[in-house]
Amino acid sequence: MSDQSTYQRLAPSRGQKFTQRTLPFIILAAILLAIPMTGPSRTFYTIAHQMGINVVFALSYNMILGKGGLLSFGHAVYFGLGGYLAVHAMGWIEDEVGIWGSIPVFFLPVVGFVGGALAGALIGWPSTRKAGTTFAMISLGVAELIFAAAFMFDSFFGGEQGISGDRMNGIELFGLSMGPIAEVYWFIAFWMFVGILGMWAFTRTPLGKLSEATRDNAQRVQFIGYNPQRVRYMVFIFAGGFAGLAGGMAAVNYEIFTPDALSLIPSGLVLIMAYVGGITYFVGPIFGAILLTYMQSMLSDFTEAWLLYLGVLFIAIVMYAPRGIAGIVFGFIDGIRGSESGIYIKHWALNLLGILLMLIGLIILVEVSVRWSNGYGDIYEPFGMHLSHTNPLTWFLFLVASVAGIALSLFVKKQKEATA
Amino acid sequence: MSTYALSLSGLNKSFGPAQIINDVNLDIEKGERHAIIGPNGAGKSTLFNLISGLYTPTSGSVKLHGEEISGVPPHIINQKGLSRSFQVSNIFTNMTVRENVRCGVLNAMGQGYAWWRNIGSNKAVQERTFEILERCGLVDKAPLPASLLPYADQRALEIAITIAGGADVVLLDEPTAGMSHSETDRAVQLIRTATEGKTLIIVEHDMGVIFDLADRISVLVYGEIIATDTPQNIRGNEKVREAYLGDEALPEEVV
Amino acid sequence: METLVFGLLNGVSYGLLLFMLSSGLTLIFSMMGVLNFAHASFYMLGAYFAFTISGSSSFWVALFIAPVLVGLVGAVVERYGLRKVHPNGHVAELLFTFGLAYLIEEVVKIVYGKTAVDYRIPELLNFSAFQVYGASFPAYRLFIIVIAVGMLIGLWFLLKRTRAGLIIQAALTHPHMVGHLGHNVPLIFMMVFGIGCALAGLAGVMAGNIFVTDPAMAVQMGPIVFVVVVVGGIGSLEGAFVASLVIGLLQNLAVGINASFADIFGFLGLTEMSEVGSINISSLAPVLPFLLLVLILIFRPQGLMGEKEL
Repeated sequence: MSDQSTYQRLAPSRGQKFTQRTLPFIILAAILLAIPMTGPSRTFYTIAHQMGINVVFALSYNMILGKGGLLSFGHAVYFGLGGYLAVHAMGWIEDEVGIWGSIPVFFLPVVGFVGGALAGALIGWPSTRKAGTTFAMISLGVAELIFAAAFMFDSFFGGEQGISGDRMNGIELFGLSMGPIAEVYWFIAFWMFVGILGMWAFTRTPLGKLSEATRDNAQRVQFIGYNPQRVRYMVFIFAGGFAGLAGGMAAVNYEIFTPDALSLIPSGLVLIMAYVGGITYFVGPIFGAILLTYMQSMLSDFTEAWLLYLGVLFIAIVMYAPRGIAGIVFGFIDGIRGSESGIYIKHWALNLLGILLMLIGLIILVEVSVRWSNGYGDIYEPFGMHLSHTNPLTWFLFLVASVAGIALSLFVKKQKEATA
Repeated sequence: MSTYALSLSGLNKSFGPAQIINDVNLDIEKGERHAIIGPNGAGKSTLFNLISGLYTPTSGSVKLHGEEISGVPPHIINQKGLSRSFQVSNIFTNMTVRENVRCGVLNAMGQGYAWWRNIGSNKAVQERTFEILERCGLVDKAPLPASLLPYADQRALEIAITIAGGADVVLLDEPTAGMSHSETDRAVQLIRTATEGKTLIIVEHDMGVIFDLADRISVLVYGEIIATDTPQNIRGNEKVREAYLGDEALPEEVV
Repeated sequence: METLVFGLLNGVSYGLLLFMLSSGLTLIFSMMGVLNFAHASFYMLGAYFAFTISGSSSFWVALFIAPVLVGLVGAVVERYGLRKVHPNGHVAELLFTFGLAYLIEEVVKIVYGKTAVDYRIPELLNFSAFQVYGASFPAYRLFIIVIAVGMLIGLWFLLKRTRAGLIIQAALTHPHMVGHLGHNVPLIFMMVFGIGCALAGLAGVMAGNIFVTDPAMAVQMGPIVFVVVVVGGIGSLEGAFVASLVIGLLQNLAVGINASFADIFGFLGLTEMSEVGSINISSLAPVLPFLLLVLILIFRPQGLMGEKEL
């Protein structure tokens, strides 16, 4: 009774498929191809490469958090182990050990993938039996264990100074010597594209869908004939693999790996990236990775308290925008397309102003405090103003900005409630 | 002796000192529509949890088509052809209605834990998903997130997921609870068509639904089955009347 | 022999410190379902507050005031932060406390600087309590044991003998019922979160001066407390108590063992020369809690005293 045309009625049309699935990847490819034509600087390349690595890493994290419902505090373990394996493989290529002599450095991310997936298979076995809060605690404990073990096995981890390699060895692929940074760009761009495509494709597989089902309702998954623990375990292995892929990219890009790469700090950072970007959207972690990498490299030049700003940003997102940047962006698009776009834009603009005012207040407070605390007599001087902690203007500006910002936000909230 | 679709013998379950299910024996024929009724707290849901593998019996056996399934994990029992619904809607809230049903279809269509194929390119899966959605009247709601469905549609989706895998023994736990009259009628119709040719075991409070649907009825009181018979005989049963006295009267008006 | 005695005594005092932390965490978790990732940050705050207070008055004042202050900070965090996040579920709450841990660490760095502060054991307790085999045992460690046991009795009294304790106990197992009975559940939550944080703060006051009071102390302690809670069985106070002592003893006894893997497994042909063989048991001490965690997960996933769950 169901002929083709009826069941296909439910599937997205060809046009929808193109705009929602194919087009974004074409645009991504176009951007990646166009970037080198703008003649970017060395600094740009450095940051862009870091972004590419973090995009893959954050997406791999979201495979378990956003799509799988598993909150991990130790995802850098798989990034690090994959990366370490890749650095070792780089050494084997250099020394032409066995068949390694015939493998191009270009393919090292595959080695990273295998390393990360193996680590995921080994560590995931005991830890994915649990979900929720227990899993979160376990991931933290396991990460500490691996990190501590890294300092005991110097032959693999190389102690504090880590292990380094040289990417300009072995067979050249696509005529890339991998020496100059502009050539490494193609390597990063290629693997970032592959990583994004691969992880997006994963969400379209039966296992990918089951992962979402297990996140929503592990009990029910049992009664459609699947073992939720096995689903979690398999997804975990893939997430480890893609994290390892990012590790492999980092191995070639930096030619060095230290035990710090698998510590709690990058694990925490990738969590923040994914969450700030928006874990309910596939693209969310991409936004988050780009923003955080930018903050990390740029903001840390301007202020030593950038981690404090990061913490504030994260808490603000958790409290007020749990769907992250992607949620804000898509919400905004829906809002201006909506029927009451005028009011929406007005509220949005007022809110933005309120947030900016609060931000100014926060920046003044933090920057003045940091300099005061350091005690070197450094003084915060934005726009030629002389804001020392003894200057009444400092505290006046801080108070005015904060109070005005908070008042404005409360006003918008009231307005929204009144119209809703 | 012939193999029953489902056969419980000497089934016991206790939580600590509390004996919830007490020596339950029940044989259900293939294709039978069997209802389980009883006052609140009689252990009906516990019985379902024992059959479907959520709980392990303290003692006794559960046989599905003659095969012992007590102590077997729920997903294996489901793969063997026994499916159940829940009293409280137990769906995949953040996925669309279509995805919900599609997940229910996957295992029966031999998709396993596949990670190498596109879920959208398998024609059989799509067709079956559509068929189930159509049968449960959910085609129009297919692209909606399950969490946004009205209550009655969530119940329909609950049944849709339950029958999606094509199990031949279906357990429905209060499928019409909380529904209005018209919604209940629709649900009964849906249950009737959806379980055509299957063995159905249903827990229900709505006596109208029970006497409408069931071939046989078992009455569970304080964890014990006090009677198993046809609807006509159950209505005349003195013990059943006693058990129900002061709780809820058996409807006389139902034919 | 003296290493054994010292290992035992240090282990017990350290284990009791761990219990001060893990009991608060367990209380909060089993009542509110919130895993307080920032729990060790409150421990750190306890140490820093005690440093400030004992600088301007004395350690004895700090011993009482600092935990109360930490408890107040905790209550404020619950009232104006956690409560807002609560409707978004436990993962959101966990993430909130995760962000909080970042924030507290950065604020501490700004206020107290990035290096360790000079928080010392009070003069009054800076003597050796007794001597065993020629080595002396510091009185302060004994003092920790006394305070911890005092806290244990206090906590027990609070839970079993007071009305508030009865409500808390009821709320541990049936949080919804307590609300139906007309108790102010949000207020109870705020109180429990505050008390839990105050316990962590007390541990900070006690531990900050025998270890180091620096911005990294939260990150160092946090994972171990989580291990204690998982090993003991999530939500079980008894389990947390046993696990705290086990881990405290394990770590402190291992420190005293000056043997390498090669010495122990030499009969298997393991030599000092090999990488595994050269690992010293004492250097393994910091890793032991995590090894224990993995073993527990494999062989007893519900923890020592936890209940079985899916």
